[in-house]
Amino acid sequence: MAKKWNLVIDVSRCMDCNDCFLADKDEFTGNDFPPYSVAQPWSGHRWMNIMRTERGQYPLVQVAYRPTPCLHCDDAPCIAKSPAGTVFKREDGLVIIDPVKAKGHPEIVATCPYEVIYWNEEAQVAQKCTGCAHLIDEGWTDTRCSQVCPAEAIKLVFADDAEMAAKAAAEGLEVLRPELGAKPRVYYKDLYLFDKAFIAASLAFGDTDECAEGARVTVSETSGGAVVGEAVASNYGDFYVDKLVPGKEYGVTIEAPGYAPATRIINLDKSVNLGTIVLGRP
Amino acid sequence: MGDVKRYTNGTTGGPVFVDVKDGKILRILPMTFDDSDAPSWTIDARGRAFTPPRRAAVSPWTVAHRSTIYSPKRILTPLKRVDFDPKGARNIQNRGVSGYEPISWDEAFEMVADEIVRIHREVGPAGVMSTPGSHHMWGNVGYRHSTLFRFLNLIGYTYAEHNPDSWEGWHWGAMHMWGFSHRLGIPEQYGLLEDALKNTEMIVYWSADPESSCTGVYGGNEGNIRRRWLKELGVKMIVIDPYLNHTQALIGDKWFSPRLGTDVAMGLAIAYTWLTEGTYDKEYIATRSTGFDEWKDYVLGKTDNVPKSPEWAQQESGIPAREIRALAREWASKKTMLAAGGPGGMGGASRAASGNEWARTMVALAAMQGLGKPGSNIWGTTSGVPLDCGFMFPGYAEGGISGDTANSAAGFRFVNRMFPNGGGITNPHHTTEGQTVPRLRIPEAMRHETVEWRGKGFCGSHIESQFQKYEYPAQGYPQVEMYYRYGGSFFGTMTETNRYVTAYREGKVPFVVNQAIWFEGETKFADVILPACTNFERYDISEGANCSGYISDSYTFANHRVIVFQQKCIEPLGDSKSDYAIFEGLADRLGLWGPFTMGGKTELDWVKDYYNATDMPKVMPWDEFAEKGYYVVPSPAPEDRPKPALRWFAEDRPKDTPDWGPAPWDQVKGAGLQTMSGKIEFVASSLKRLEATGTVDPERPAMGPQYFESWEGHHTADLYGRYPLQLVSPHPKFSFHTMGDAKDSWMNEVKDNRVLVDGHFYWIMRVNAKDAAERGIADGDLVRAFNDRGSVILYAQVTERVPPGTVHSYESSGDYQALGEPGHSPDIAGCVNILTPKRFITPTSTAMANNSCLIEVEKWGGAAGSAAAGGAGKNGAVKEGVA
Repeated sequence: MAKKWNLVIDVSRCMDCNDCFLADKDEFTGNDFPPYSVAQPWSGHRWMNIMRTERGQYPLVQVAYRPTPCLHCDDAPCIAKSPAGTVFKREDGLVIIDPVKAKGHPEIVATCPYEVIYWNEEAQVAQKCTGCAHLIDEGWTDTRCSQVCPAEAIKLVFADDAEMAAKAAAEGLEVLRPELGAKPRVYYKDLYLFDKAFIAASLAFGDTDECAEGARVTVSETSGGAVVGEAVASNYGDFYVDKLVPGKEYGVTIEAPGYAPATRIINLDKSVNLGTIVLGRP
Repeated sequence: MGDVKRYTNGTTGGPVFVDVKDGKILRILPMTFDDSDAPSWTIDARGRAFTPPRRAAVSPWTVAHRSTIYSPKRILTPLKRVDFDPKGARNIQNRGVSGYEPISWDEAFEMVADEIVRIHREVGPAGVMSTPGSHHMWGNVGYRHSTLFRFLNLIGYTYAEHNPDSWEGWHWGAMHMWGFSHRLGIPEQYGLLEDALKNTEMIVYWSADPESSCTGVYGGNEGNIRRRWLKELGVKMIVIDPYLNHTQALIGDKWFSPRLGTDVAMGLAIAYTWLTEGTYDKEYIATRSTGFDEWKDYVLGKTDNVPKSPEWAQQESGIPAREIRALAREWASKKTMLAAGGPGGMGGASRAASGNEWARTMVALAAMQGLGKPGSNIWGTTSGVPLDCGFMFPGYAEGGISGDTANSAAGFRFVNRMFPNGGGITNPHHTTEGQTVPRLRIPEAMRHETVEWRGKGFCGSHIESQFQKYEYPAQGYPQVEMYYRYGGSFFGTMTETNRYVTAYREGKVPFVVNQAIWFEGETKFADVILPACTNFERYDISEGANCSGYISDSYTFANHRVIVFQQKCIEPLGDSKSDYAIFEGLADRLGLWGPFTMGGKTELDWVKDYYNATDMPKVMPWDEFAEKGYYVVPSPAPEDRPKPALRWFAEDRPKDTPDWGPAPWDQVKGAGLQTMSGKIEFVASSLKRLEATGTVDPERPAMGPQYFESWEGHHTADLYGRYPLQLVSPHPKFSFHTMGDAKDSWMNEVKDNRVLVDGHFYWIMRVNAKDAAERGIADGDLVRAFNDRGSVILYAQVTERVPPGTVHSYESSGDYQALGEPGHSPDIAGCVNILTPKRFITPTSTAMANNSCLIEVEKWGGAAGSAAAGGAGKNGAVKEGVA
């Protein structure tokens, strides 16, 4: 089976430099690359869209960025829902909007549940990331975004489907919104930084006013009681119990030898900093 | 794509390949290295081998350069303000409002040359004031110390001297504690990457955001991978910054956000903990420092009855005492690098009231933990890469084709190689014997006021040079009659910048020429505009990240030493010309063509001369260099790598790093620091001598570091009552000063840089959710940030990345757009320095305190559309068909 195009993006490495976003603009703005694309407009398109999220509240806050290109899905909604022949899939997996056949079809923009397609008013064509198909054809082993990324957060992987599935399993890679069944070819590492929630707090010993280093924290689901996360407070008394599914109710138990345990019930709609929790003697 | 030709060039954010097709730039790529280039270094540490990627890691504005080269804001023909008549009504009150009309180069040259001659005849050459922006186009021949100084030194002028705007406190404070005047108070960084990889257990980033591409200085994003290695090795990362910066977001384990202006209190409390718990390096302090006991008594409160305890610091900083103790204990127990500012000696805390004392605090804390011993140093994580410091290729501040030995570092080594038979030009008017103006007082000079200050510009020749008093006008010198502005916009970067706006319109300078590439905020206030081209449209030569002359051997910001022939990729756009060609045209009309061009040298001739004056001919013939376009300097063998910074000092040996200072007369037997004792001085001998000559600066005492309540902060009750938000305005992540911003480039579309609302790209202000809620401000609202100095309209990003009471907005807007009368109405381009105080950080330190700034913020209901109607609107001031 032939090697196919896959992109692996490591959320934990992205520091929002925007080099990928800008390299995409550098490649495609004002430049036609037939048969894959006509020039991107000077302003307004985000073929590589960098999403930002903040989790928690001051001072226990985490920030992450997620570069988001076209995901080049294997069961691509854009191909299924667009007029026949306007959007096609290459043998290497890349999904291409044909800039000639797709002209005059703004409805293509709305076919993508991931919202990665943009309308080019001047050229009257729907546009998106081409996966740098024209460069791949020339023998490039990088896309512009993977080539420019100083953090090596974006990597182009040529692999057949079995190899890629094995790699995804071995490295814990995920795709965006798998429930859609679109089978994206863009994989993410440490996606929890974006779509899961944490419970955090600063713990202090009331009698000494020292940070409660070593206090043990257990988080369990209130329905069923299964333990879903554990943490030990750092030397600053902080803990984060992460990778929790938001929208559920959790019980938090904090224990330190010689101190009375503290408990909290949290209805977790988003990441939360419980603030300073002072542990007292029993 | 068969007709694509690949060129090489250099930028402030790294070296690049440039693909050109049909005379237009197709794409710009970070430079990659292949097997024909020298291999990269490898550092073996803790069982792993670390080697960098074989490519440049460039800054975002470098990736976006095609959009600034072809920017809609490019100036493509010489322009004259429509209501400016040098022989009649000049209408300077209309600067910034009335539009422009195209004129020919002949007309432009005649007009400027006539004014220069008039001023020579009427008041003398010092009637011409000039200064460039901090960061112009890259290239050692075209750079400001080079081509600009060659021209200006020939015509004579008053230079508006730059202050060390990025590291003020190090220059005015730390220098008195440990010297390094040749580095303007900033320490050497040699060998520290290897030292850290092998030995360091914790890094404290204090007022440092190396993941913000600007504070990696010219290294772009080259250091990112090194910090990842350290993180993978388990090195703990602590970030102390009012803003949850990008370094904390990426790798931080713990974030502290002390109230603005209270970093010194937190630092003293760390020292207090070490003193009371006995966890500092007593032997080092005893042998490598002086004055410690006196300072120790101050910290413990024996002299002023105020123990600088964590509880005391909690009151000032808002950081819980127990967390300060925890930090002090962890710091004392681990080999710690103090990243005090991105490059190790910089940081917004040094650009504030008591910035001098903060920098001294950094030195004091590092000293108490054995500064210079393995794994323990002041190191910004951005440099100290094991490169060959013996290969001679100068940096941009070493004079280039000016050979100016008074105002660049040309005298250090380069001038004699570049001009073996003479031809370098130094002008005594532009020395301590002549007249200068501090850049922070340009508006006052333009208003023909008198100004007094200390220190001439980047006065690093010796420690005492910053004490020297100056006045404007200098004795027997004229007030300035002409302003020759060159690149950049100070409206976004200096302090209380409505001063700069109104000086144009309400001051007394009858002629302003601006030599510029783009319509930046300040460009629009000139009478005549001379359009320069970018470095992609002319020849030049440079090395990535090398600003030596400012920061010695600064190419160690990068992972490779890359010498670049900056090939002319395209013809100058429109009627724009290279800076050299513009000066050549003026020199011709002033009878100076011969000396300026040294008998007719072209830019390419100068580039070849430059190449021949370096070590390049030893390793690569010119023809090969010109063809290939770059050369990677081989990395030295492990045993030949530069020795670790300050290890020699910690071990009391003669200095063995490649550093070019201190000067022989400022050291004894090649050992010791530049201070009088040769040691780290907690009672600064230099400041004591200043006091002995009758000058006592209560904010810069001989014994220190000491904590002083900020003169614009939470203790200034009346002001704080009216303006309860503290503004921090760091160097930007997405621009290098004003260079990368505005210009209608793709940088406008970077989400965390500017945001498009109703057709206008607004600059961002970050507001804590609590402060926002109290003011009825929602995420995405437009807000007016204001104080008595002016107001700026910004886009509110509601966030938890700043604590309540603190607002964050990067400095360096490249544009300025007044809603009404310029200088007296809100700016919608984002020049937050309109709000910052003009006061020097201390009475005797000619430095700016941008981060001591109180403001209020309110929701704004106006619309940008009204901007075009009056004032210096987006394109409204430019006549059709001009830009």
